[in-house]
Amino acid sequence: MAIPKVCGIETEYGIHVPGGDNNPITASSVLVNAYATDVDRRTGWDFEDETPANDARGFSREGSLAPIVETHLANTVLTNGARYYVDHAHPEYSTPECADPLTLVLYDKAGEEVLRRSMRAAAAIFPDAPPVVVYKNNSDGKGNSYGCHENYLMDRTVPFAKVAAAVVPHFVTRLIYTGAGKVGTETPALDRSTVHFQLSQRAEFFEEVIGLETTLKRPIVNTRDEPHADPRRFRRLHVIVGDANLSEVATLLKVGTTALILAMVEDDALPVRDLTPADPVRAMHAVSADLDLTHPILMADGSTATALTIQWELFTAARKYADHEGLAVLGDEQVGETVLARWESVLHALETDPSSLSRQLDWVAKRSLVEAYRERRGCAWDDGRLAALDLQYHDLRPERSLYARLGMERLVDDQSVARAVTQPPAETRAWFRGQCLARWPDAVVTANWDSLVFDLGTDPLRRVPMMDPLRGTAAHTAALLDASATPAELLERLSA
Amino acid sequence: MPERELKKKPAPSRTETEVAEEAPATSERGEKIKAELDDLMDEIDEVLEDNAEEFVRNYVQKGGQ
Repeated sequence: MAIPKVCGIETEYGIHVPGGDNNPITASSVLVNAYATDVDRRTGWDFEDETPANDARGFSREGSLAPIVETHLANTVLTNGARYYVDHAHPEYSTPECADPLTLVLYDKAGEEVLRRSMRAAAAIFPDAPPVVVYKNNSDGKGNSYGCHENYLMDRTVPFAKVAAAVVPHFVTRLIYTGAGKVGTETPALDRSTVHFQLSQRAEFFEEVIGLETTLKRPIVNTRDEPHADPRRFRRLHVIVGDANLSEVATLLKVGTTALILAMVEDDALPVRDLTPADPVRAMHAVSADLDLTHPILMADGSTATALTIQWELFTAARKYADHEGLAVLGDEQVGETVLARWESVLHALETDPSSLSRQLDWVAKRSLVEAYRERRGCAWDDGRLAALDLQYHDLRPERSLYARLGMERLVDDQSVARAVTQPPAETRAWFRGQCLARWPDAVVTANWDSLVFDLGTDPLRRVPMMDPLRGTAAHTAALLDASATPAELLERLSA
Repeated sequence: MPERELKKKPAPSRTETEVAEEAPATSERGEKIKAELDDLMDEIDEVLEDNAEEFVRNYVQKGGQ
């Protein structure tokens, strides 16, 4: 049986200080510290259990036992269970673990709100400094990319090679609805003179099919083996191939369809026909450049198929799987049905009239915006104003965001997002983490995905392991927490 | 808890009749979207960064993951 697809998203935001010295590390630290000081309580992150150099194929990279981290940089855990910190010269927000894809949409949007509040907090603390501006995108248009990674809980007993083989066709083709859109190209992967607009921000940066890297020679399937949970039972599939989405529909589909595919791998329910492209990397670049969605991908078996065809086959298998097994594996049957119905209607619309999705999908929305501007101003594709439109689609400032002006469809409302900025999701261990931080900020000295460390002021520090992402939920621990007036009482009850 | 208040909308299913019924509504929606885009184009220069070329040139990021 497939295990529940607990999921999360980490987003590295673009950061820019117009008229400032533009040191991105300083600017990112200012944002995170301003938020920690002004809005949320700061608790340090614990790096003890971080092993990003472990490879899921079964080996550790020599000499890289300790993670490459800049421990002096700002690093906080929020009361909603998220981690907010500085990574690779970008502010990064990692959502708390979520039990279903729609809850993850909510916590991803809460992340945008955290960044907006950070910008306001920084401006209030340094009123005379140039403003720090944040963009939810994945590239600067000059060949530099930064990521939006998804994470899914997997059963350790399923061989990694099987998982990797199964996800490749999906990752190569899902960008027809997950792509955030981009004006132009910026790597040798695509021809600058003919590709003026593409579906994906990230696709052209991928050079390998499988590997451990995340910053160079990026692979479609990342092999980082760092479960942040009991390593005997769980794997965490770390997906680096996606775009950062502002569209809530795109995020729901990105996570929901991928979680379904992964559940199907665990239950041996994928299509019998091999859907692997002959050259997955080139196929992904071609799909990104194929605005008509008609490019014939050469498959490993010598046949050809379009991205839409492959997506229809995956959808059909998923529909059949859901009819047999139900959708509890997505955390919520109703959310699972929403994902499937939306997957079907979006594929149908992409097949008949993609422009009808201009309020649903990022790439379609951005394309309609850019085309309208071109028509109005009659400008060439290399006009800087088109690149500016592209960047400003992702600007998180309400007064500058073009995304915000397009009236995109919402799946979560602003009140729920505001609550999710401070309150953790109830159905995972993030609830225990967030509740402990909210109740006893002074006693929790460090936090990590799979543990909390308490300082009670008397004994040695006390570590509380949380090795199962589905324990530590509100259902498991609400009564325990409510009955404990102090952290000492909580720890006493936990060890009883 | 916030997730109980999420809107969980069912999406249309893929049947011929529903597609046929939807057609007029879709083109109406298309017209509305186009009109809204036109309105946005009227005010776009107030929203766009003052010097687009310079803004784009200065937007340089360090590579991340």
